[in-house]
Order: sequence, then structure tokens, then C-alpha cells
Amino acid sequence: MAGNTGDKVRSDCRIKLTLAEKGGIVINMESKVTVMYGEANLQLVREIMEFFGIHHATIDIEDSGALPHVLAARLEVCIKKISNTRKEYLLPISRGEIVGGEPGRFRRSRLYLPGNTPAMMINAGIHQSDGIILDLEDSVAAERKDEARILVRNALRNIDFFGAERMVRINQLPLGLEDTAILAPHGVELILIPKCEEDWQVHEVEKVVSSTLEKTGPDQQIFFMPIIESALGVENAFRIASASKNVVAMAIGLEDLCADLGVARTAGGKESFFARTRIVNACKAAGIQPIDSVFSDVTNMEALLENVKKSAALGFEGMGCIHPGQIRVIHQGFRPGEPEVEKALKILEAYREARKNGLGVVSLGSKMIDAPVVARAEQTLQLARKYRLIK
Amino acid sequence: MKLLKNAAGRMVPDQVNGREQIPYKGVGKYIPDANRHAPRIASCANYPANGDKRLKDLKAALEKSGLRDGMTISTHHHFRNGDLLANQVFDIAHEMGVKDLTWFPSASFPCHEHLVQYLEDGTIHHIEGSMNGPLGQYVSEGRMNGTGVLRSHGGRYQAVQDGEVQIDIAVIGSPTADPFGNANGLSGDSACGLLGFALADSQYADQVIVATDNLVEFPCIPWQIQGNYVDHVVEVERLGDPGQIVSGTTRITRSPDRLMLAELTARFCDAAGIIRDGFSFQSGAGGTSLAVGEYFRQIMQEKKIRARFARGGSNQYLVSMLEEGLVDYILDGQTFDLDGVRSMAENPNHVWTSPFTSYNYHSKGNFAGMVDVVILGATEVDTSFNANVVTHSDGSLLHGIGGWQNCLFSKTVILPIPLFRDRIPVVKDRVTTLCGPGELIDVIVTERGIAINPLRKDLVEATRDSGLPIKTIEELKSEAERICGVPRSAEFEDEVVAVIKWVDGTIIDAVRKVRQE
Repeated sequence: MAGNTGDKVRSDCRIKLTLAEKGGIVINMESKVTVMYGEANLQLVREIMEFFGIHHATIDIEDSGALPHVLAARLEVCIKKISNTRKEYLLPISRGEIVGGEPGRFRRSRLYLPGNTPAMMINAGIHQSDGIILDLEDSVAAERKDEARILVRNALRNIDFFGAERMVRINQLPLGLEDTAILAPHGVELILIPKCEEDWQVHEVEKVVSSTLEKTGPDQQIFFMPIIESALGVENAFRIASASKNVVAMAIGLEDLCADLGVARTAGGKESFFARTRIVNACKAAGIQPIDSVFSDVTNMEALLENVKKSAALGFEGMGCIHPGQIRVIHQGFRPGEPEVEKALKILEAYREARKNGLGVVSLGSKMIDAPVVARAEQTLQLARKYRLIK
Repeated sequence: MKLLKNAAGRMVPDQVNGREQIPYKGVGKYIPDANRHAPRIASCANYPANGDKRLKDLKAALEKSGLRDGMTISTHHHFRNGDLLANQVFDIAHEMGVKDLTWFPSASFPCHEHLVQYLEDGTIHHIEGSMNGPLGQYVSEGRMNGTGVLRSHGGRYQAVQDGEVQIDIAVIGSPTADPFGNANGLSGDSACGLLGFALADSQYADQVIVATDNLVEFPCIPWQIQGNYVDHVVEVERLGDPGQIVSGTTRITRSPDRLMLAELTARFCDAAGIIRDGFSFQSGAGGTSLAVGEYFRQIMQEKKIRARFARGGSNQYLVSMLEEGLVDYILDGQTFDLDGVRSMAENPNHVWTSPFTSYNYHSKGNFAGMVDVVILGATEVDTSFNANVVTHSDGSLLHGIGGWQNCLFSKTVILPIPLFRDRIPVVKDRVTTLCGPGELIDVIVTERGIAINPLRKDLVEATRDSGLPIKTIEELKSEAERICGVPRSAEFEDEVVAVIKWVDGTIIDAVRKVRQE
């Protein structure tokens, strides 16, 4: 059995598969879309059974409008529960373009989607977060991990996220290594490694990625975003941040961290101040992006905005979202202010002027401008361009 | 019965339930030359001089009204899914052994599933009105004896005025009434705001029964229904279930996708220059439409402008805009929640209207065309911008027309609809049932792009550089099919189970029996 059914379930299906000795493939399908896609669904099911070489079975399907990649995922899981096959039934890739390959791309917002809920995935891209996380960890019940993994694999291949970075949060190791092996060849662009405490954990995931990609061949880089969620992780922050060139960002997970510290998480966040600044510092030292925790009150946008602004002031460059409504507020919070942009423009102009004139020392007014100031100004302008504040 | 091809290219019957029909001729093309239908002359000498028209109960009133085989009985949907009256009327008819009635409701709701048994046993011959939920399913399966006739709210008034439907007995559920028959919907346990849908019935039916669960002494003020049209007054224990009358459906959607639709719609209106000082709008009571209203509010507040009027369905959100001075008047067709009822009772700028003022084809003009922008829904649209509101893509009849067709005469008609619902694409090559011709539908807003009817060059021009995701309707259709697959069309038998009237009484399309596997 795999999948979900019920009054509130949409775009999913539940499948029960029973093997038989004879009688061929018997499909009992109840569907909301029988008239439109009944025939197409039956054909897909038969094709999958043929692919796995099963010739006698009864398949009961309760369908609430599952797209083909969902139906295929559910059926494949049913088959894998009763046979030992390692074969994968893959529909032709029909996703949007993979942008990939840019370690420094913006990661202001990353939208978490529960990995076993297909309805939430289909339109996730229209809300235009910088990244979309298909989550296999906390949002998926232990007994549904296999199901979610196959669904996420198919979603990576068949859903257009409109250019959002395709991220997957794997499970804690060692289970996360199995997730990685399955998902690496299918267009994941960044892997979030939860409960990361030591640099070897990054190395382990990286090993699985390289060996899988070597075997299957797609010429693609997969980045990592370790999530620090414990006191030990905080202590090892820099080593983790610099564990590999593929670590492009590092996030902090405050719920678990606070639990580990034995403190209550407050709105003010004093209790995690050290951890957060430590993460920011480690990331900056390693030249990667520090990313803040999610804000869990999805109804209070004012508090969220305040929180994002505080976070940006500490040096964070992104934040997790658990509701599409948070995306715009987060982007607003990370938007550079006008005076900041103007100042950055002036700095760069002065810098270019000085270079042109062959001056070693650059100054703006009475202030000296050195290389880091220029780099910072460039960062600000890059952000400003993203917000279309300048051309 | 023959099938004729109408001006929209749809095959429609020339006769329905034994009555000759006129095929749709095009928008504004059918101009009948005749007198209005007139009811029998009444003489006040036949009515109690003291004005007390009370009878002991509903059965007595139906008997006194001469209820017999083949009559047309009308009821109204002011109590929506909380209506307890229509079912009682037909319980009594059944008990009296009356057969072959025509039920002429202003709309039906799932609570009327109770009446399926009377369609089965012949008490009711057929329904002329919306056929929602279980009744729609019943009709789609070809099980009703007669042919269903679906009309818009305006079309219902038109059919009564030109005599196409002659109501024998109108039963008007009235939250407050006096013994003379003056009635309103403003107070009482079953308060529903107004009684506009019963107006034509009170004026044109042969016999008019006012049923109330809140009898007050004469005079019942204000009289939305005038006692001078009323034959009998009866008290009933309960007209409706208050929780269902003003049901919880009028909440702003929380779905991020629907909110996005609503926001895109409001941004489009803003970019097109529709939201300006003194403009007017109408948007329904669905979650997405309510959210559009809220985005309008934000834009109006930012621009410091106000609307001259909004057409209701009123609800708490619209009422708050009236109370905050963002809207000068609400011209209300029905109230969807208790705030609407309260406001209508208290605020002289919250005005009750009827299909006569708002929608009627036989009026000397109506309000619908004066509205700057209307936000409506649809179950399907096609690449010619035609839209369907009554059937689903599987062919079954599930919704009524309501005021939808009438609202298409607004200056700009926008349909915010998801591109697909649970794998069911909304944009198709050809709508299953034609309810509104594409020439009247201006903009389709989906979460994945906005399509403007090429006929509206002004809108195309105005929004060209708006940064909004403007696409062609064909692009939207292929995007839906890329995701969902190309759907197979529903298959039908030849048998016509219902017809869809256009606002002028001509037949715009026919619904056929769904082919059973």
C-alpha cells in the first residue's frame, strides 16, 4: 500500500497491490478524473507492471487527481515493498530548466515542502522563492520515508519550479545517504544535510554524490547546505562550512538547537544569539552564505518582517519559509535600503576612478576605501540589481 | 422535437417540455414583440376586509390555492443550503397525491436532495431552475421525467414577465411578515437580508403564499414583499437553519495559489486603469472573489480613492468597505452573512435590489451593464473565451447559473480561475456546455498567466508594459495539458436532459445525458 486518500487529499492516490498466481493484471480504479484520464491511467499502470515484469496482480487505486508522476511513484513503491527490484520506472523528464552551477546564486528564501504531499508541490514554483526544498526529513513520518523518496525523485524530474533552485533535505545520516544515492541523478541542485555536527558528514554525502554521478553520468554539480542544529554543530561551524568547495551555504535550525541547549526559543532570540553570530562568522570566514532558521508563525507577517530585518542585520543572507505567503516578506526584508545602494554606487565609482588614474589608495571623502569595502559594495549592488533598484 | 443549430453553433431542441423554443440568436439580437404576461385581476372584495390573511398551516394554504396536478410551484433560495420550506411544500403535495408538478425555484442546494424521491415518484415532473449537487447528478443521469431548464437570475424574471413560465403558486419564505402579507428578510431567526428573488413571483403568480416563522403585527416595515400581492399567510415553525442560511462559505481563501489569483486580478485591474475614483465593481462570495475585494481595498486605500457603488452579494468584507467610506453604496442582490444582514437593516446606503433592477432583460435597462468590473468564476473556459458554469468536464450538471450570465454585461468581465483543479484542466478547446459567449468575457486570470480576449484591444494595450504575466489563451491551454495530459472529452447520449437559457429566453446550449460505463 502507498499514497494517500481521504476527503482532504488532492492530486494524490492510494494504491494497494496484491500479487496473484494467475489471472493477469486486474485494475480496480476509482477516480475523480475517470472520464478525462481513466484510460491514460490504466495504460500507465499496465506499462509499469510490464516494466517490472509482474504479470498477475490485483491493483486497487483510489485516485483524487494524481498526476502521472505521482501515480507512477505510488505504484513503484508498492512493487518495491513486495519485491527486491532495484529498477526505477522513470517518466521522461518534463521539468523546467535546471539553472544550477552557480555557487553564489541568491538563496534569500527557500520554501519547505513536505516530501510526501504531491498537491503542495505542483504549484510551488509560481510563488517565486529562490529555492524549493522537497523535504524527506521532519515532515515525513518514519514509515513513509520510502514512499516520499520515490515521489520526490519523480517530482524533481517532472515538476517545473520556474527556475527556483531544486533542493532536497535528506534524512539524517545514515538514511540520508540512501536518499542521496537515489536522488542525485535526477536534477537535485542542492542537498540540505540536517543535524550536521562534524565535517565528515559532509564528506560522506559528497562521496555518495560523486560515486552516483560517476555511474549515472549527468554532468552536474550538486551543492550542499549543512544545517546546524546542535551545540556541537555550532562549535564545529567553521570546519563544516569549509568541509568542501560544494558547501555553498550553511543554515541554522533553531528549534532543535534550542532543545539541545535546553532553552526556550523566544521571539527576541537572545538565547541563540551566540549560535547565530557564530554561524554567520563561520560562513563569512569560509566565503559561503549564512542562512537563518524558519519563522514559524505563518499568520504574522509583521513579526516576520521584523525578524528578517534583524536577521539581515546580523549578516544572514537568507531564511527558510514554511508558507508561500512568507516569501515576499522575506525578500522585502533582505532588500537593501536606498542610502546603502547609493553609498555602494559612490564607492565603486571612486574605486574605478582611482584605478583609472593608477592610484593605489582610494578614498571617498575623508574615508579610505580598501578591498573589502569594495567587495561589500559589489555585493550590495548585486542584491540591488536583483531587486531591480538599479540596472 | 427537432434539433436546431443556434448562433453559437450548438445543437439545441426546438421544443422543451412541450413548449416551443427559440434558439440563441446572438448577444442582443432577440427582441420579442409582444405584451408582458399578466396575472389574473384580483379584487380586494375577495380578501378579508381586516387584512388578516392567515390560514392555519401550509397545507391549508396550498389547498386553498388550489394545488393540483401539473401546476408550477415556485420557491426561493434566500435560505440557501439552510432552506427547510421547499421540502415541506413537496412533502405536502406528495401527501395530497398531487402529480406532475413543475418546481420553479430561484436556485436549488444540496439540502434539496430530499426532493429526489418526488422526482422518482412523479410528484415533481421536472425542475426549471439551477440543479446543484445531487439533483444535478440525478438529472445528468437522465432520470428526470421532463427536461430541466436553467436560467440566470435575470432570465428567471424575464421568463415570468413574458409568460414563458406561468407560476400557479408562489411560496415565499419570509423571515418577518405581518398577517396582511407584507414581508422582509431583515429580522427574525431566519433573517437572510432581502427577498429580491421572490419579487417577480409575488407580482406575477396566480396564488401567493407568504410563510413566516416570525409573525409581527401589521405593519411589517419595511415591506420588501408587498402584502397587496399576497393571497395567504401562514406561520411555520422554522423556515431555515440559520447556521446554513448565512453559512461559513464567505471566508477569504487561505490557499496561497488562490490568493495569488486574486492578487493578479487586482493588479490587472489596477494596471488597466479600472480602479479609479468613482468606479464600480461586483465580485462574488467565493473565497477567491472575496480576496480580490480585499486587494481592491488595499489599492483604493493607497490611492485614496473610493468606489461609487459595489454590487453585492454582500458580506462582512464589503460591509466594512462601506463603513470605512471606501464604497458609497452597496446595491445588494443577496446577503451572505450576518454582517450583510445587519448593515442592510441599519445603513440606508446598503440598498436591497432585485433581478428586476439588476439583471432583467425586459426592463428598460438594468444595472449590470453599468458596473465597471465584475469578477466571476467558471468551471471551464475555451480558447474562444466561451465559459461554462453549470457542468463539470465529466459532463455532469453540478451548478446553477445564478446572476453569472447577467453580470457578463459589465464593462469588464474577469474570470480568475486556477489553470487546473486536481488534474482537471480548466482551459479547453471547446467548453462542455456553453453558458456565456466569449465576446462578453474579457480576461482569464490563472496562477500561471493572464489571457486577454483579443477583442479587448484597449486592455491589451493598457497592460502591455505592466510586468504582468500576459499570455495567449492557447499558451495557457497547452501549459495545462503539458502538466495534466490531454484530457478526453466526456461522452454523451443524444438525449437532452436540460437546456441552458440565455438572458433573453433563447436556448444557448443543451445538456445531454452522461454516457454511463
